Amino acid sequence: MGEPRTEVLSARTGTPPEDTRARMLDVRGLRQVYAAQDRHVEALHDLTFDVRAGELVTLVGPSGCGKTTLLRLLAGLLRPTSGDVRVEGSEVNGPPPGTAVVFQEYGRSLLPWMSVAANVGLPLRYKRKLGRRHRAELVARSLADVDLADVGDAYPWQLSGGMQQRVAIARALAYEPRLLLMDEPFAAVDAQTRADLEDLIRSIWRSTGVTVLFITHDIDEAVYLGERVIVLSSSPTVVQDDVTVDLPADRDQLDTRALTRFVELRRYVYAEIRTAKNGPALQGAR
Amino acid sequence: MNAGRGGPGRWGAAALGVLGVACAAVISEVVPRVLALPGGVLPPLSEIVTALSGEVATGAFWESLLATVRQWALGLAFAVVAGIGLGAVLGSVGWLRRATASTIEFLRPIPSVALVPLAVLLFGTQLWSAVLLAFYASFWQVLVQTLHGAVDVDPVVDETVRCYGLGPLARIRHVLWPTALPYVVTGVRLAAGVALILVVTAELVIGSPGLGQQIMAAQSGGATALVYGLIMVTGLLGLLVNVGVRAVERRRLAWHISVRGEVAA
Ligand SMILES: Nc1ncnc2c1ncn2[C@@H]1O[C@H](COP(=O)(O)OP(=O)(O)O)[C@@H](O)[C@H]1O
Ligand SMILES: [Mg+2]
Repeated sequence: MGEPRTEVLSARTGTPPEDTRARMLDVRGLRQVYAAQDRHVEALHDLTFDVRAGELVTLVGPSGCGKTTLLRLLAGLLRPTSGDVRVEGSEVNGPPPGTAVVFQEYGRSLLPWMSVAANVGLPLRYKRKLGRRHRAELVARSLADVDLADVGDAYPWQLSGGMQQRVAIARALAYEPRLLLMDEPFAAVDAQTRADLEDLIRSIWRSTGVTVLFITHDIDEAVYLGERVIVLSSSPTVVQDDVTVDLPADRDQLDTRALTRFVELRRYVYAEIRTAKNGPALQGAR
Repeated sequence: MNAGRGGPGRWGAAALGVLGVACAAVISEVVPRVLALPGGVLPPLSEIVTALSGEVATGAFWESLLATVRQWALGLAFAVVAGIGLGAVLGSVGWLRRATASTIEFLRPIPSVALVPLAVLLFGTQLWSAVLLAFYASFWQVLVQTLHGAVDVDPVVDETVRCYGLGPLARIRHVLWPTALPYVVTGVRLAAGVALILVVTAELVIGSPGLGQQIMAAQSGGATALVYGLIMVTGLLGLLVNVGVRAVERRRLAWHISVRGEVAA
């Protein structure tokens, strides 16, 4: 029973309508091989996809399929073995301007010697000439957006894991990015916090119009959050499928997850990942 | 956060400390009198204090103290600047660090005292002899600690701030330096201790001006009580240095101590 019972709009079941929005992120023939002394690990085989301006795209794939590697390539922290990455049309040679990143290891991505407010404000000191007042306002507003208005003077290590991850999100928000990249940001927080943070991301996306690429290994999370789900295969890693999530824009942890459509989509993506392990993929070897 | 800061615990500890000092004073007064060793090699505390207070009234004592402090401070200052500078460079450039590791491991264990002949050859009995020895001994402490600190930078922190557009200088200021600072401070604290040892050694052995030279003079003049008095002064100096560095550590590095769950002893 490989195929789903109900029609799902995906790259494998049909051609999605042409999207006329500008390309925010453009990934072509991306391949990454880690070379050690005598061992080569092919983390990514051949990836091609794009993300349009203003989209909220989730990217799901099994553990070890190269998701973090992909994020590091997109963020300009790593040079690809071959292929290229473009952000807003320019090739990525280093961290692209206007891009904010939230890593999985929130505890380690905050600077323990700085207060929460200083952490959130640090990137602003180097972004552009912002006055001290304006900077302080941005910091205060972003902390309020993540419900941490009164912990600005605390140090990150005085906060719980979920709060630390919210600080990392506030730092990304204050930066006012055009592109927000997130790598399994909620993998290590408890279920309730995680649900709250998912809704926070959607509400931020809807109110700011920022382009979001959200990486996760969790199929439920990918379908609940995204307007589109890019499915990665396991190694050799390629884009297995690209699924349009036609759920209502207003999502609710209980109601949305109970929708028949949610269950169908979830089931479809699940089946895609399972097929990827056995059958041929959408883009095979060149 | 930290139990026992202030409150009854603190006063209890202070009272115990005072009690300990009082006991030590009584013992060092009574034991010499009971033993009454011939030749006065072990004078009781009261005699030591009397001899020392006579000495403190003279200008020569203060000049010597100043000379010791000056040599110590110069040697330590050069060591801190050179150790931090070189340590930061070697620590952030991987191949340079690997290339120099064996040389450092070879030079570091050379006891500074072995450089006494060299120091005499270069500077005679002037203050620079003591400065050189203090520098050599304390330089390695600072260098090695700074190296550890620079290598300890968390790659996640560094990559995060890179993504947010911080350039190399901003990253040195906001990531490398704060990470290395606790190590550097530890290095400076250790260095301050050995620098003092080496300065006093140089004064004793080479005869550079300072407390060590005064100790030698008192010894050859048969003023045994004064010898002990001056030794106590060097001890107090070492104590002051240690307390000073620790105070800085506690105030500036509260986050670090808390992160590591260390007790600020
Ligand atoms: N720096 C590295 N050097 C060598 N191999 C690596 C490195 N980083 C990741 N890998 C390997 O690449 C593969 C993909 O890793 P990763 O991108 O972390 O996957 P994911 O985030 O999807 O779990 C894994 O097999 C991993 O062991
Ligand atoms: Mg990962």
